[in-house]
Amino acid sequence: MNEVNSARKMRSALGQVRGYGPAKSGLRHWRAQRLSAIALLPLTFYFVISILVLKGANQVAVRAYMHEPWNAVLFLGLAVCLFYHAQLGLEVVIEDYIHNEGRRVLLLLLMRGSVAFFGLLATISILKLAL
Amino acid sequence: MVESTLPRNSRVTEGRLLKAAPDAKRLKAFKIYRWNPDDGGNPRVDTYEIDLDACGPMVLDALIKIKNEIDSTLTFRRSCREGICGSCAMNIDGTNTLACLKPIDEIKGAVAINPLPHMPVIKDLVPDLTQAYAQYHSIEPWLQAETSAPPDAERRQSQEERAQIDGLWECILCFCCTTSCPSYWWNGDRYLGPAVLMAAYRWIADSRDENAGHRLDALQDPFKLYRCHTIMNCAEACPKGLNPAEAIGNIKRLMVERQE
Repeated sequence: MNEVNSARKMRSALGQVRGYGPAKSGLRHWRAQRLSAIALLPLTFYFVISILVLKGANQVAVRAYMHEPWNAVLFLGLAVCLFYHAQLGLEVVIEDYIHNEGRRVLLLLLMRGSVAFFGLLATISILKLAL
Repeated sequence: MVESTLPRNSRVTEGRLLKAAPDAKRLKAFKIYRWNPDDGGNPRVDTYEIDLDACGPMVLDALIKIKNEIDSTLTFRRSCREGICGSCAMNIDGTNTLACLKPIDEIKGAVAINPLPHMPVIKDLVPDLTQAYAQYHSIEPWLQAETSAPPDAERRQSQEERAQIDGLWECILCFCCTTSCPSYWWNGDRYLGPAVLMAAYRWIADSRDENAGHRLDALQDPFKLYRCHTIMNCAEACPKGLNPAEAIGNIKRLMVERQE
């Protein structure tokens, strides 16, 4: 990025600022981040209630709780929203602070991979309890 | 990565102390950032002592007094001295504002004065705003309409339509907001910043303009618009009491509205 910048120095300021034009995206990401945040409010509340209800319960009781379709669906919803929201948020953090193109792409891939891994781990664990 | 330390040749050093005359009664110290591109040295902070009894009430009065009476090499921009030209935008006591609108007696202790943050410095308190002006140019800040104006008359708008651009047209492009925005600090080469986005919304909201769709298209970009993370420093800094964050929020709202 830095070499490109110095090589471009004689380009006019307007040319630099216009760059390659608008990417025609951004709204979807922005909106998904807000909507997943809103969804997480009741889901987190439900999660805290569940933890309180299950406080001190044995494994059989927990399995019975998770076996209820209602509870299984809400837990899956929580996991999906949580990891989706985390991915969107971390993407913004990386784009904000990492300016080296190669490093940014590498970090984005690593981050998305890890979020997908832990998201799937949570999903499978919930399904194992629910089914 | 983001650089959290200054390069060696940008580190600010202690400068000179210029004392006021011994008979001065109401003393106030001004700690002013100095950098001269011609002497090859690091930036330094010079301290000037001023007798407030012999000085006007605003920070700009003190700067002019210093330049006239103490140190003519002190360099800063100023013109109207009444908050309408935007020239004397600088960082005073930790906040970006206009020196001409900032009363000295609002500041406790020594008055720290620095150039607008995170812009290249040309000399002393004069920042290079070339990029910000180019960004302003890029949003095409002029009326665009195919319908011609009525012959021998102005383009008309209702009082309600006119009210839509209140709180927007008053911007004087001092860039206090843009240079207070951390998102602009980190990504100023791609993010347009609050002043320019508010200017863009000023034309989107103007009932006489017929190019709102094209203007929104030009902002539909993860960096140009969506680097705004609603930090709100812009609204905090604006010396005219405007709210660029709200204007940016309105742009994002219109982006959603035209999808549905």
